[in-house]
Amino acid sequence: MNTEISLYDATTVRNRKKRSTGERAFDILNISLILLLVMVTVYPLLYTVFASFSDARALLKHEGALLFPLAPYTLQGYQMTLSNPNILQGFGNTVAMVGSGTIIGVTMTMIGAYVVTRKKFKLRGVMMKGILLTMFFSGGIIPTFFVVRGVGLYNSFWSMIIPSALNSYNLIILRTFFLSIPDSLEESAVLDGANDMQVLLKIFLPLSLPALAVITLYYAVDYWNSWYPALLYIRDRKLYPLQMFLRELLILNENVESASGKQMVSEVYTRELVKYCTVVVSTVPILIVYPFLQKYFVKGVMIGAIKG
Amino acid sequence: MIATAGRNPAKRRRTGYISNIIHNPMLYLMALPVIAYYIIFHYLPMYGIVIAFKDYVPARGVLESNWVGLKHFESFFSSTYFPRLLRNTLSINLKELLFSFPVPILFAILLNEVRSTKFRRISQSITYMPHFVSTVVICGLLVDFTKSTGVITNIFVALGMPRINMLSVPEYFQGIFIGGIVWQSFGWDSIIYFAALTGIDPALYDAARVDGAGRFRQTLHVTLPGIAPTIVILMLLRIGSMMSVSWDRIVLLYNPLTYETADVLSSYVYRIGLTKMQYSFATAVSLFNSGINILLLIGANTISKRVSENSLW
Repeated sequence: MNTEISLYDATTVRNRKKRSTGERAFDILNISLILLLVMVTVYPLLYTVFASFSDARALLKHEGALLFPLAPYTLQGYQMTLSNPNILQGFGNTVAMVGSGTIIGVTMTMIGAYVVTRKKFKLRGVMMKGILLTMFFSGGIIPTFFVVRGVGLYNSFWSMIIPSALNSYNLIILRTFFLSIPDSLEESAVLDGANDMQVLLKIFLPLSLPALAVITLYYAVDYWNSWYPALLYIRDRKLYPLQMFLRELLILNENVESASGKQMVSEVYTRELVKYCTVVVSTVPILIVYPFLQKYFVKGVMIGAIKG
Repeated sequence: MIATAGRNPAKRRRTGYISNIIHNPMLYLMALPVIAYYIIFHYLPMYGIVIAFKDYVPARGVLESNWVGLKHFESFFSSTYFPRLLRNTLSINLKELLFSFPVPILFAILLNEVRSTKFRRISQSITYMPHFVSTVVICGLLVDFTKSTGVITNIFVALGMPRINMLSVPEYFQGIFIGGIVWQSFGWDSIIYFAALTGIDPALYDAARVDGAGRFRQTLHVTLPGIAPTIVILMLLRIGSMMSVSWDRIVLLYNPLTYETADVLSSYVYRIGLTKMQYSFATAVSLFNSGINILLLIGANTISKRVSENSLW
């Protein structure tokens, strides 16, 4: 982004001046503070990765900082995680949800952003106000629950998608982008006999690929991490997304732990291990693609901020 | 056009819409699913709030159930839960505002002072990461780290605290909850401040330096005023969602042992409404919650308009 470039100019201009002792002290303090924050951020993630390869017994006895996996190293946790039918099922459901949710979301956002930026569309003002209002006020979970049940989505796969099919923040991001596309392009296409759908697909779509990349990623991440629509609307465990099984494993495991017994002891250990492995398995897909997509994510924050 | 508008505005507008539709059928066809989505999943639930003033009976439905006026509000305000929920909601929010709001600003300012582009890039990449980790995983890790043998517990034990499951102690709940939020969001939230920092005119720094200001005073007198409008706007947005504590996080972290400090209005709505099926009562609590939200937002916006000329509308 060009804003970033201008910053670098600003700092290099300042770099040229000589540094005093005070300045150097300032720099050292500054860098140490940042390093501290960075370490605090990354350590819990690293801990989880280390723990997932560690011996479960050694891990429970271990005190103090964990800076490497504890021997004997093991892949047992991963074997158990990847052969667990619940987790595989959840993985499948999550992938299906991410796929269909993202396609529906991006499509709806595109047509939504298109119609509210058309000057000839008389409902434009009302519609935009109506959308903004929903960002500050909502019916709440109970009335929404009734509507979801009323339209027959309760306990169906689509209840995790349709009620949140369109995200207003994403619509505003794309709307800001569409507003920057000159009207003349649309007008000349209309003169050539194109209808609005054709204008959107043939002119707006190719021109707004960077913005579409941003909102596609936002939808995909949101659906990957989504869990509470499933908590509210899904009764059938076969439909649970991965996050719901993660919740059972990570949050609700206390009952299992207290149900002791001789043969349970080893099970407690492997449970610990499976816990960390599942976190790694469920988080890694996002964290792997993340560095490559980071600039798009950040761009989204900027575009959204202009209007927000 | 202007002349006829004065004569018969209603008729003109109606024909205006009809001819608008006739001339742009495709446009209206495209708008249809989007409008339908907002009406069904946003405006219909808003209408559903009427059950807060009714005794909702599933067999009779929303429309046929009896009106009971403010009965549910009265019983909520006089219940023993009311003071506790209000206290927890306010306390968690104020603490969150106090801790999770300044950290990203501080972080952006610190980063802005770093000379090495590479160091800055890497720090940013790492601190943005937790934003993409799911709520369930974050809360799961918090549960794990604060159990009696957890990593965080170990640190506190070394500092002299008895070895216990920290999430079973009411006094610790809010700290753990807010710590988790700050951990997850400070990097990502700093993006917007960092962008605002890049907009500050470098000439201002030069002028400050000529006047003899060191780096710290430059930060105080150039950087902070430079991003003040951004801070105010984000503060307003934050206050507008003041009462809506993310209930999903609370529900993941609390347990009956910590309800005393953990239960907030929104988690209570979830528990009473969807697990105990007291639909009307829960909707009344929820409406009370969003009512206060809106009042806070309007209040904050009015004050800011008077004081600093920054406002949302």
